[in-house]
Amino acid sequence: MNSRTQRRPLLTFAVAISALLAACNGAGSPSPSATAVPSVAGSVAPSVNPVDLTQVPPKPAYSGAITADGATFPQPVYEQWAQDYAAETGIQISYTGGGSGQGVKDFIANIVQFAGSDAPLKDTEKADAESKNGSPALHIPTVFGAIVMAYNVGGISKPINFSPEVIGKIFTGQIKNWNDPAIAADNAGISFPNLAITVAHRSDGSGTTNAFTTYLCKVSTDWKAKVNPCSGKEVSWPVGLGGKGNAGVSTTITGTPGALGYIELSYAMQNNVPFGNVKNLTGNWITPSLESTAAAAQFPTIPDSLTFDASNTSVADGYPITTATWILMYQQQDKVNPDEKQADAVVHFLIWALDKGGTDANTLGYATLPDALKTAALNRIATITYNGVPIVNALYK
Amino acid sequence: MTAETAPAPVDRPGAIVRQRRISLGDPLLAWAVRILSWIALAAILVMLIDTAINSGKLLEHESVLDFLTGTVWQPASVVYGALPFVYGTVVTSLLALLLAVPLALGAALLVNEYLPRRVASPLAYGIELLAAVPSVVYGFWGILVLVPFLRPIQQAIAASPLGTIPIFGGPVAGPSYLAAGVILAIMILPIVTSVARDAMNATPRLQREGALALGATHWETIRHVVLPFARGGILAGVILGLSRAIGETIAVLFVIGNQPQINASIFAPGYSLPSVIASEFAEANQPFHPEALIALGVVLFALSFAVNVAARRVVGRFEAKAGGADVR
Repeated sequence: MNSRTQRRPLLTFAVAISALLAACNGAGSPSPSATAVPSVAGSVAPSVNPVDLTQVPPKPAYSGAITADGATFPQPVYEQWAQDYAAETGIQISYTGGGSGQGVKDFIANIVQFAGSDAPLKDTEKADAESKNGSPALHIPTVFGAIVMAYNVGGISKPINFSPEVIGKIFTGQIKNWNDPAIAADNAGISFPNLAITVAHRSDGSGTTNAFTTYLCKVSTDWKAKVNPCSGKEVSWPVGLGGKGNAGVSTTITGTPGALGYIELSYAMQNNVPFGNVKNLTGNWITPSLESTAAAAQFPTIPDSLTFDASNTSVADGYPITTATWILMYQQQDKVNPDEKQADAVVHFLIWALDKGGTDANTLGYATLPDALKTAALNRIATITYNGVPIVNALYK
Repeated sequence: MTAETAPAPVDRPGAIVRQRRISLGDPLLAWAVRILSWIALAAILVMLIDTAINSGKLLEHESVLDFLTGTVWQPASVVYGALPFVYGTVVTSLLALLLAVPLALGAALLVNEYLPRRVASPLAYGIELLAAVPSVVYGFWGILVLVPFLRPIQQAIAASPLGTIPIFGGPVAGPSYLAAGVILAIMILPIVTSVARDAMNATPRLQREGALALGATHWETIRHVVLPFARGGILAGVILGLSRAIGETIAVLFVIGNQPQINASIFAPGYSLPSVIASEFAEANQPFHPEALIALGVVLFALSFAVNVAARRVVGRFEAKAGGADVR
């Protein structure tokens, strides 16, 4: 009842605004460049930008719901964002964690307002999406996450060090026991028990698996020789037990003495699963943490597509098994969404998430975008248009 | 006179009314029932045809035979073989039967024949309560309690001379065909027990008493009267349990280890038809992967269907035999 009485005035407000906007559009469309942000973000100089994207615009005149689907990797943080965003604006966002694959399918079929994916669209997917819906598809990076080597070895007081070669040998079944000299060589002062290693991996297709195997492909010749294709959301595991989701893998780890598996840092932190350090490209042993994840996200150059592979970083204090996750959205919203107000609200949410969602993300174990990347992402959001006019123009009015 | 004529008018209109009701209601009910049963049948057919059509695209990639006999399941390299899952489903279901049927028959006999009622009813109720536990809870219990409990036992057997027999071979990780079989056995215990009890209860009292009167002991009565009479019913219960075991998804997903391989050892991890579908469908984005999973659904459908048809035949034969022997 309460929400309904609240919505009424909003609705009339929305009608008034949309009428106003329609008038604006009619008048302004011949020369949008006067006020608009240029449509290619890569070429935007911040000084030309008429709006300050680091300030969340006033809440849009929309009172409906937004639906989205996709990756489960960022689902905890997206859900937290949705909750906080709803509390602040009254706009409901329902993010269904159907997986990156489902997110991409739904994005191409245009049945969601945005989709989440842990892997950038493949070229074929991008072409498919763009030809079906008549609009360029954008990648907006949101958060970074780390994937940790979680284990169940009793009687060890300090984190175990894992070199990339050892990880590759364990996951291909060449190192079978914790007392293997190769493990001991990296862990002076730890005496390992005579205990068989049980590898735990995901049984469902997963962006986490994709990120982990992408890393293994880069660093382990053993892995590359034995597993073909060597990376993907699902691969043909030479050894191990499959578990569904982070929860399935970590239950397998905690329930199996001698188990070693890969799970998300956020999940390991919240569930107190012990995890080890990994040697990065520069030879440093890095403990997975928000700081080392954020460090790995510092790219020397940001590609114009905003798609990149964050694993095996060359940053000295960066954690090597790091991945980004993206929100997928169409640039020309009028082509895909008949409800302009809803398109406004989605853009508003994205700006809100990047500007104000950092605390939520960090609490849940995700690293936020470094400043340069955040600026690039916000500028990319600013290129989203409705009938040729950037939506941010309407939002910041 | 009044006493004699009074019932007649009451009786006659009553008879007429009843006749009218029959003439109106009967065909109506008959048609309603007919239509409803056709809807049920149509639903099954639509489901079967729909899944078959949806999986049809897989034929562009590999033949039915290749799919059914393929032992390698690697969506990453677009290779789909169904055999590891069929094997896992069959092995775990048979293990479940092997464990559950003796237990269920023992429990049914104990409750029906040996225990006094005030002990028997709570026991029977307790067994039936097992059916009320949601399967996901069985899964949790399986991975948190049963697998750690079974691990040392499996390891001990694999390390003993028995371990040289392939079906008891190592290495042991914990989740395994056996773990899935044990979970399934517990899950099908209530249905097998309660159907067996009903079948045993249906033994005509006169036959029992006849046997006892002829000097048969309690066990001999059970052996020669109760069990032969109940055989069809018991078998029906076993088949119902088998159907449930074949189709069980989530509890198996937790404890079978989810490795698409065929391993002779019951201590090795494997995979089952329903659990691979549940596990992989959401992220099935390799070429032909969704179609292959739907095709696994068709295989599962066919498997349960075959079990059911076989069951009907077997039960029918036993019933015919029992009927023939039964001189009432």
